[in-house]
Amino acid sequence: MPLMSGAQILIESLSREGAEVVFGYPGGVTLPVYDVLYDHPLRHVLVRHEENASFAAEGYARTTGKVGVCMATSGPGATNLTTGLVDALLDSIPIVAITGQVPSKLIGRDAFQEADTFGITRAATKHNYLVKDINELAQVIHEAFYLAISGRPGPVLVDITKDVLTGKAHYHEADKMEPLRGYELRLDPDDEEIERAVEFCWNSERPYIYAGGGVISAGASDELRKFSELLEAPAALTVMGLGAMPSHHPNYISMLGMHGSYAANMGVTETDALLAFGVRFDDRVTGRLDAFAPNAEVLHVDIDAAEINKNRRANVGVVGDAKRVLEKLNRRLAETKDKMGPRNRAARAAWMERVHTWKREHPYHYEPAANEIKPQYLMQKIDEASGGEGVITVDVGQHQMWAAQYVRINHPRRWSSSSGLGSMGFGLPAAMGAQFGNPDKLCIAIVGDGGFMMSLPELATIASNRLPVKIIVMNNGTLGMVRQWQELFYNRRYCSVAMDSFPNIELLAAAFEIKGKSVDKPAELDKAIKEAIAEPGPYLLNVHVSPEENVYPMVPAGGAVNEMILQPSKPVAVGD
Amino acid sequence: MQQLISLLVENKPGALMRVAGVLTSRGYNIESLTVARTLDPTLSSMTIVANVDTPMRELLIKQIKRLVNVVHAYDLTEGPSVSRELALIKILVSPEMRPALLKEADIFRARVVDASPTSYTLEVTGATEKLDALIALLHNYGEVEMIRSGAMAMARSGQQRLPNGFSNNLSREAESAGSVEPEMAKRE
Repeated sequence: MPLMSGAQILIESLSREGAEVVFGYPGGVTLPVYDVLYDHPLRHVLVRHEENASFAAEGYARTTGKVGVCMATSGPGATNLTTGLVDALLDSIPIVAITGQVPSKLIGRDAFQEADTFGITRAATKHNYLVKDINELAQVIHEAFYLAISGRPGPVLVDITKDVLTGKAHYHEADKMEPLRGYELRLDPDDEEIERAVEFCWNSERPYIYAGGGVISAGASDELRKFSELLEAPAALTVMGLGAMPSHHPNYISMLGMHGSYAANMGVTETDALLAFGVRFDDRVTGRLDAFAPNAEVLHVDIDAAEINKNRRANVGVVGDAKRVLEKLNRRLAETKDKMGPRNRAARAAWMERVHTWKREHPYHYEPAANEIKPQYLMQKIDEASGGEGVITVDVGQHQMWAAQYVRINHPRRWSSSSGLGSMGFGLPAAMGAQFGNPDKLCIAIVGDGGFMMSLPELATIASNRLPVKIIVMNNGTLGMVRQWQELFYNRRYCSVAMDSFPNIELLAAAFEIKGKSVDKPAELDKAIKEAIAEPGPYLLNVHVSPEENVYPMVPAGGAVNEMILQPSKPVAVGD
Repeated sequence: MQQLISLLVENKPGALMRVAGVLTSRGYNIESLTVARTLDPTLSSMTIVANVDTPMRELLIKQIKRLVNVVHAYDLTEGPSVSRELALIKILVSPEMRPALLKEADIFRARVVDASPTSYTLEVTGATEKLDALIALLHNYGEVEMIRSGAMAMARSGQQRLPNGFSNNLSREAESAGSVEPEMAKRE
């Protein structure tokens, strides 16, 4: 093979790893890369802000299961990517970020657009690299992809100096890689652990499944459904786990946690056997930790050994890939069905009945209105349009929680939400990534008016690529979730939550030469959504909703999950 | 109480930063940290003493072990281990005090490694408490200037032997880490 430039080696390595699209923004030190991209088949999508390159790469990764790729120049380019990296780290999303760095001989001399990207992103990535030797470049790129997608997935950043990009070397084959000695993968559970888990499952009278993003990453949703059916156990999902159980499944009891369903939160409080798969006992799920599943022993399955016993001590901890663990568990459960005694069988039937009663008697609830669009009504209409099949991305705030409650997600990887980090401005660029990864599917970005304003420049990216994303702005004129907390916990002292001077959406859409519309009457909504979806290109739909609606049920921060506020008039405790 | 952590890490740029980062991002103060190459020059051993609350220790070890460059991570706080520290101590001492000083230094097996008309420089190794005791004593003789290496620790031998002279008897974690083949090698 002839000598190649570092930039060529980079693009060659990305292509060999199967990258289809790179979300990026060029700059001084990455010019050599763009010179290669000029006539290379690898698709580069020019975003309008680097932060959105990392969010788009995440949206692509979350909805395809493949590694998302983003690229930025040194200094500000790299620092702008960082929010998306931390976002991917908290939600365990595989992305590879490429950044340019100033020439090796200038590092440490405060060169133009120099920043210590390697240092800055140390805590923002699963692993990161600074490449100063062109002979390492190909290997590092392949390692980066491997680290991003294997084990517990996460973001990996590769910072490459300009002299490496312009230097010449031979391409080193990926199979000549040294092993990563410190990188431990435990994918297959011990048989002994599985037997303990099987025992644990059969001994319970009130089993309860709590599953999350780890089930999605492992591609274990079918196995999870089977597990739930074998055990006849109710299953609740985290925000990260939505899609891991089909919404219509009789055992499915929706989301648990701060804005979770009544059935899910009561269920977790009363269960005697918490079956946790690919979850991390996040504070937004558990509320007050010592009041979470207070009557339960815990089986915790996670691919990351550091998750076991982190927030809640597990009675049985199993380290392994959720799919492999569930496959083994299901096989053993099927073989040992007779282990469940008649007493347990009766207790379980009563338990399931109880959970179903909660589910039936306390669905998500709101007061409909004739003259204004309730946000929940908007979500129901989006749900009707999507039918559980669309790819939904959301931003962060009230609309995110209502979408999680009302919009059915019947398959894994059809839902994309910045869940751990809660990054506003995520939803719209994530939808761009999702649409690139799923060109034939309906992609809907549900965003609030606050998050939408953070993502404005990407309307240009959507317009120039004619991405048929349907952007639905749930516009309540405020930063709704902050306003809700100020109402409930800060004595209605509303401060800096009014999103005034919101642009005229028809004019804004027209300015980007895309279709757009604003509606504020319930009667207009159905038609408007249908019109948006029928439009072959992008569509920007602004929906004015009741400004003072709150998300319920709500567990005040630091409260116990069974002490939900169910509706507005109830007295509220003071949260922190 | 202090946690005594022993690590085997890849000798690569950034490895120290990653390990230190796990501690500093949680606001733990590092009391001492020693790093040096092992028999295998591509690996370094690291001993860290840090102020970590007991309930957080298991998690901390796991989170350090999770770092890609960290090959093994052990908590030696409770288990049987040998821990030593080196100190160089310069003391301004008058000629008439010198014989007494040397006698006391001998009790601690401290050696004179440099001498000048106004000072001695002593070298001493031992457990941290021994060094503390010597230093407290030397203050009686004159002004003291001191530099310490911080603790370096090893698990006691007689247990399962791991590569590069690292011995472990403590965590199950570490045992499986020793026996797990990196998946990388099996990759197509």
